[in-house]
Amino acid sequence: MTDISMDTMAGAVARPRRDIGLKARYAAERRFRIYGVIAISVGLAFLAIMLITIVSKGYTAFWQTTVTLPITFDEKVIDPSGKRATDPNVLVKANYPKLAENALVAKLGIDPANKPMMLKLKGFLSEGARVQLRDIVSADPSVIGTTRDVNILAAANLDSAFKGQIDLSVDEARRKVSNQQIDWMNKLKADGVMAEHFNTGLFSYGASSRPETSGMGVAIIGSFYMMVIVLLLALPIGVAASIYLEEFAKKNRFTDLIEVNINNLAAVPSIVFGLLGLAVFINFLGMPRSASFVGGLVLTLMTLPTIIIATRAALAAVPPSIRSAALGLGASKMQMVFHHILPLAAPGILTGTIIGLARALGETAPLLLIGMVAFVADYPTTPFDPATALPVQIYMWANEAERAFVERMSGAIIILLVFLMAMNITAIVLRRRFERRW
Amino acid sequence: MSSLLVLAIVIAVGVVAFVIGRQRASAHETGKVKPHSRAHYHGWWAFLLAVLPAVLLLAVWDVGSSFYLDRHIHAALPERTVDSKVASEALDASLVKSLARGLRRLDGGTALPATFAELQPLLAAKGVALASDTQDYMIPIAVEANTVQDRLGLFGAVLTFALSIAGAFYALRQIAPRARARNNVEKLMLWGLLAASTIAILTTVGIVLSMLFQTITFFESVSPMSFFFGTVWDPRFAAAGSGGSQGQFGLIPLLAGTLYIAAVALLVAVPVGLMSAVYMSEYASRSVRSVVKPALELLAGIPTIVYGIFAVVTLGPFLRDLSAALTGGSPFIQGQSIFTAGLVMGVMLIPVVSSLSDDIITAVPRAMRDGSLGLGATRSETIKRVILPAALPGIVGAILLTASRAIGETMIVVLAAGVAANLTINPFEAMTTITVKIVNQLTGDLEFNSPQTLVAFALGLTLFALTLVMNIVALYIVRKYREQYE
Repeated sequence: MTDISMDTMAGAVARPRRDIGLKARYAAERRFRIYGVIAISVGLAFLAIMLITIVSKGYTAFWQTTVTLPITFDEKVIDPSGKRATDPNVLVKANYPKLAENALVAKLGIDPANKPMMLKLKGFLSEGARVQLRDIVSADPSVIGTTRDVNILAAANLDSAFKGQIDLSVDEARRKVSNQQIDWMNKLKADGVMAEHFNTGLFSYGASSRPETSGMGVAIIGSFYMMVIVLLLALPIGVAASIYLEEFAKKNRFTDLIEVNINNLAAVPSIVFGLLGLAVFINFLGMPRSASFVGGLVLTLMTLPTIIIATRAALAAVPPSIRSAALGLGASKMQMVFHHILPLAAPGILTGTIIGLARALGETAPLLLIGMVAFVADYPTTPFDPATALPVQIYMWANEAERAFVERMSGAIIILLVFLMAMNITAIVLRRRFERRW
Repeated sequence: MSSLLVLAIVIAVGVVAFVIGRQRASAHETGKVKPHSRAHYHGWWAFLLAVLPAVLLLAVWDVGSSFYLDRHIHAALPERTVDSKVASEALDASLVKSLARGLRRLDGGTALPATFAELQPLLAAKGVALASDTQDYMIPIAVEANTVQDRLGLFGAVLTFALSIAGAFYALRQIAPRARARNNVEKLMLWGLLAASTIAILTTVGIVLSMLFQTITFFESVSPMSFFFGTVWDPRFAAAGSGGSQGQFGLIPLLAGTLYIAAVALLVAVPVGLMSAVYMSEYASRSVRSVVKPALELLAGIPTIVYGIFAVVTLGPFLRDLSAALTGGSPFIQGQSIFTAGLVMGVMLIPVVSSLSDDIITAVPRAMRDGSLGLGATRSETIKRVILPAALPGIVGAILLTASRAIGETMIVVLAAGVAANLTINPFEAMTTITVKIVNQLTGDLEFNSPQTLVAFALGLTLFALTLVMNIVALYIVRKYREQYE
C-alpha cells in the first residue's frame, strides 16, 4: 500500500519506472528454487523412509529368544534298548526333542498324563533342538545320564510373541500362539529362564525351512568367495586393459571398437550377464550350477567395465609432465607406466575397484539365473560347491510367507547395507586422503 | 598326473630359471661392456620362456585329450539297439565317465568285481554315488578309459616338462651383455595388455553368440512371427503338443509392461533428478552440496533388491490399504502394480539422472551463464532459457541411458510388478516385464532343450538389442555434445 502512495507522490517529480514485471520474475525465481528444494527433499525423504522401515522391521532379527532348560540326557529316551555301543545310528536317530520336552514339562510343572496340555506344548520349542542336543551327545557321549543347562531356541512364533510382535487382541483361533502358550511364556520370562540373546545363528546357520534355525552363513561365505574371485580377476584384467587403451593404443578402428564395447557393456542390463553365464559357463563349459566360482566369473565380466572406466580416468588425470620427465630420463614406455604413472593413479584405481566390488556384492539378477537360488544347508568348502549369496538369500527369504522370515530378511538387508556402506566409505576416505590435484 | 601339479612344476622351473638368469646377468654388470638390460629382465625373460609355451601346450593338450577320450568311449560303447537300457548315447557316455571318476577313488590293490551290483557298495563306502542305471558292460570300458587317460596325462606332462626345460635353457643361453632382454619382456607385456583389453570384445561376442544360438533353436519350434507379434503369453502348455504352441509365446504383453513401467519410472525420475541436479549445480551452497550429494549417491549405492523388497513389503500394501480407505471398500490399487514398481524404480533412477545431468550442466561454459546474467536475466531464467537449451542434447542422451537402465532393471519388477502377463492400461493393475519372465523361465529345475527355457534367451536377445540401440544412440549424443564445448 505504501509503495503505491509513494509512487503517486513521487510521480510528479520523476518519470515512473517502466514496468518490466520484476515482481513476477522474482516470484518465478523463488518458485523455481522451491521446485529444486522439493526435488531434493523427495529423494532424501524416500531414502529416509526406506532406511527407517527396513531398520525398524529388521533390528529385532539380531535377537533370538532362547529357553535355558536343565536337560537330563536320559538314557531311556536316547538309547532305550542299550545298543549304542554297537550301532552308531542309535545316537543319530534318538528322540532328542523328547529330552527338551521333558525338561520343559518339568519346568512348567505340567502333568505329562494331561494329553490336551501336552498337545499345546507342541511348537513351543524349535525343532532345531534335535540337532543341537544331538551335537552335544555325539561330541561327548559321556553326558548321557547327566543333567546340564542348555539354551534351547524357542520356536519362531514364540520368538515373535516374546518380542511383542504378535497382536494378542486377535481372536485366539486366528493367531499362531495360543493363550496357554503365552501364559507359559510369561511364567518362564518371570523366572528368567526365557530370554533374548544376541542372534549369532543369523550369521552362522545355513538354509532351513524353520526361521529360527535359518541364517546367512552359507550366503556370507558364498559372497566372500565371489568377491575374492572378482577382485583377483577383474582388477588385474581391468588395469591391464586400461593401461593398453590409455597409454599404448593407437587411435584406430580397433581401439574405437573396444571403447564402444566397454561403454556399452557398462550399460548392458545385468540379467544379460546371467544369461551369458548360463549359456557359456554352465551349459557349454559344463561348470557346476550354483557354484560361487561361476557367480564370481559372471560378476567379474559385469564389473570389468566399471573398473576400466575408473582406471582410465585415473590414468588420464596423471599430468603429461610426469610422463615426459620419465621418458626424458631414459625410461622405456613400459617402465614409465609401471614405475611412475600406475603408482600415482593407484588411489583412483582403488576407489573405482571398491565401488565396482560394492555393486557386484549387491547384484542379484544374474545370480538367480546361474542357480544360486538354492537350498544350501552346508558350508561350501571350495568355490565349486553349491552356495548362495547375500542378496540372493534376501530374495529367497522375501518369497517365504512366514513373518519371522520377513524379520530375518530385513536383518539380512541391514547387514548387506552395512557391508556396502563400509565399502563406499572406504572408497570415499581413500579418495579424500590420497587424491592429488595437479 | 593332474594338470594342477604339472602347472606347479612348470612354475617351479620358471622360478629356478628366473633366479639363475638374474644371477648370470648380474655377473655381466661388472664387466667392461655396459649391459643392455638390467639383470632382472634377463631373469623374467627366462621365466616367461620357461612357463608360457609350456602352459599353452598343457592347455591345448588337456582340451585335446578330453576330446580324444570322448571319442574313445563312444567307440568302445556297444552298438545301440532297440533294447538298449540307457536312453541315449550321450547319457551312456556320461555314465561311463562318472563311473570312471568313481573308480579312481578305489584302492588299486583290490580286484574289481564284474557286475555293477557288487561294485556299487564298494564305491558307496568311498562316498561315490552313481546313477542306478549304470550297466555292467560299462565297467571294463571305464577301466580302459582310465588307463588311456593316465597314459595321455603322463605323456602330456612329460612333453610339457620337456618344453619348459627347453625354454629355460634357450633363454639362459641367450644371456649376454648386449642381449635385449628388456625389449623382449616388454613386447610380451604389451601383448598381455592387448589381450586384456580384448576381453571386452570377447564378452560382447559371447553374449551375442550364446543368446543367438539358443534363440535360433527356439525359433525352430516357435515361429518368429508368433513370438514378436503374439499377444498371449502362456508358455506352460506349449510343450505338450506342437499344434498348441501358436501364439503362446507372445512378446507383446511383456514388451508393453516393460515400456509402461519404464515410462512411469521416467516420469518420476526425470523431473526430480533434473531439478535436483539444477539446484545442486546452480543454487546450493558448498555446505549443502557436501551433505546432499553423498546422500543422493547413497541412494544410488543401495542394491536394487532392497528397493524391490521395500516396494513389495512396505509400499505395495500401504498403497493398497490407502486406496481401500479412499473408496471405503475394495482397493483400486493392487499390492503388485505398475504404479508401485514404476514409482520405486523412478526413485532408484533419481541419482542416475541427477549425476548424469549434473556433469552435463556443469559442462556448459561459464561465459554463456555470465552473459545471460549480465544482460539482467534472473538465475532461473538463465537456467531455463540458456543453460538447459544448451545442455538439451546431453540431457536427452542422459534420459536415454536412464531409460535403458529402467528397461533392463530386474529385481524391482520381479518383486513388485507381478507375474501375470496382462495387457492393460490401468496403472494400478499388475503387469509383467521381459526381465521378470527371463527370471521365471530360468529358475528352478530346467531342461535345456525345451522352448520354455529357450524362450528366455530370445527374450534376453530382444532386451539386449533394445538396450544396445538406446545406449549407442545415447553415448553418441553425449560424446558429440561434449566435443561441442571442448
